[in-house]
Amino acid sequence: MSTHHISVTVNGEAHEADVEPRLLLVHLLRENFGLTGTHIGCDTSNCGACTVVVDGVSAKSCTMLAVSANGSSVKTIEGMATGATLHPLQQAFWDQHGLQCGFCTPGMIMQASTMLEDNPDPNEDEIRLGISGNLCRCTGYVNIVKAIQQAAGELRTAQDAPAEQAAAR
Amino acid sequence: MIPGQFEYARPASIAEALRILKDNEGSAKVLSGGYSLLPLLKLRLAQPELLVDIRDLDGMDTIVEADDDLRIGARSTHAKLAADDRIAARHPLLHEAASGIGDPQVRNWGTIGGSCAHADPSSDWPAVLLATRATIICRSESGERAIAARDFFLDTFQTAIEPTELLTEIRIPNSTGRSTGAYEKLERRAGDFATVGVAVQLEIGDDGRISAAGVALTAVAETPFAATGAETALVGQAPSEAVFKAAGAAAAAQSRPTTDSHGPAEYKRAMAAEITVRALRRAVERTLAGSAQR
Repeated sequence: MSTHHISVTVNGEAHEADVEPRLLLVHLLRENFGLTGTHIGCDTSNCGACTVVVDGVSAKSCTMLAVSANGSSVKTIEGMATGATLHPLQQAFWDQHGLQCGFCTPGMIMQASTMLEDNPDPNEDEIRLGISGNLCRCTGYVNIVKAIQQAAGELRTAQDAPAEQAAAR
Repeated sequence: MIPGQFEYARPASIAEALRILKDNEGSAKVLSGGYSLLPLLKLRLAQPELLVDIRDLDGMDTIVEADDDLRIGARSTHAKLAADDRIAARHPLLHEAASGIGDPQVRNWGTIGGSCAHADPSSDWPAVLLATRATIICRSESGERAIAARDFFLDTFQTAIEPTELLTEIRIPNSTGRSTGAYEKLERRAGDFATVGVAVQLEIGDDGRISAAGVALTAVAETPFAATGAETALVGQAPSEAVFKAAGAAAAAQSRPTTDSHGPAEYKRAMAAEITVRALRRAVERTLAGSAQR
C-alpha cells in the first residue's frame, strides 16, 4: 500500500509525516507527533474524548483520516496554555472541579473552546447541547457546565477590556 | 480500531473524481464528512480498495434558491444547513432535521449527500427528502441523472447510485406558501440515532383542507420510507386530531420495525403512530400560523 506525505500544522507548529491512508488523525497526533493529550475513548465517534479543532471546527479525531488533514491546521489541548499560564477553560475546570478522572477533559475543553467562539455567552441549555457529543462518566456534567460558564465570563471580560480601553481614549 | 488497508485519492475537480470512479468501478468508495464511513471502515464492515476524498471539490457545498427548488450541494454539512437563515425561514422541516442530527462534531463534518448516499436505515435526511419529494442529482462521466427521492432509497445501505456516479446535489421543491413541515424525532438521549423519526410536509388549500401531504418515517423499517397510507388518509381532509390519528395508524401499519436496543418492535410501532401525530400537529399549527400572517 502506498504512503502519503502530509503536512499538518499542529498548535501553530509545522509537522510532516509519511502515513498510510488508513492512519487516523488521533493516532497521527499521539504516535507520530507525541501529543498524547488527545485521548482515545470509545473509538466509534461517540464519546468525544478525542475532540480536537481542525481549521477552526471541532472534530472527533478518531473519525478523521490523517491524510485528510493534509494542509490543515489542528489545535489540541497542548496548544491551550500560554507557557505556565493555563487557558481560562483549563483554569475553570480546575477551579470548578470540572474533572474527576480527567479522561474526557481534553475533548471537553476543545469542544467548549469552539462553542464559546460561536456563542460567547451561552446559557446552561446551550452549554449542555454544545457538549452533547462529549461524554463524561464521572462528574454528572454539573461542574463541567459551571466551569464553561466561568470561562465564558472570563473570556468575555478579556475581550471587552481592550474595547473599553479604546472607548475611554 | 484500525481500518483495513486502502488506497486514497483526493481529486481537485468533479471531473477528476468522476474519472477516478469510472477507472475503479465498483472498488472505490466516496469519502465525504466521514462520520458514517469511517466507523464502517474501522469495524471492517466496508473494505473498499480506494477512498475518493471529495473535500477539495469546488462548488459542492453551495445552497442556492432557484425558481422552483432549493438546490443543496451534496457536501453541505448539517451544521451549515442548520445555520442557514433561508432554510430556517422557508424550510422548517429541513432546519429541524439538520439541527437535531447527531452532536455538534457530527454536524460540523457530516454532510447531507454523505448521509443520503450512505442510507443508514435510521438516518434523518432520507425521511426529509422522501416527505418533500426531493430530487437527487447524480453525475457520472456519461452525464447527469435526476432521481426522485422516492426511487432512491432501495434497502438498508442501498441506493440507486451507480458505482461510477457521484451524488452532487439535492433539490427540495419550493413550498407554495400554504405549505410547511415539521420533523419530529424520538431519541433515547441527545445525539442518538432516532428510535423513530417522522418528516411531514403539508399543504393546506383555501378551503382549509389538506391539499398535499408528504409523510416519511425513519428507523422503523429496513430503510426510510414514504408513508403513502398516511398521505392518502390526510389529503382532502380538514386537519383534526381524528385525521392525525388515522394517519398515524396508517404510518404505523406500514412500518416494519425490529426489536433492538432501542426497544421492542411493538413499542416502536406504537411510537411510529404517536410521533407521526405529533409531527402532523406541529406542521398544521405552523401552516395556519403562516396563513394568519398573510
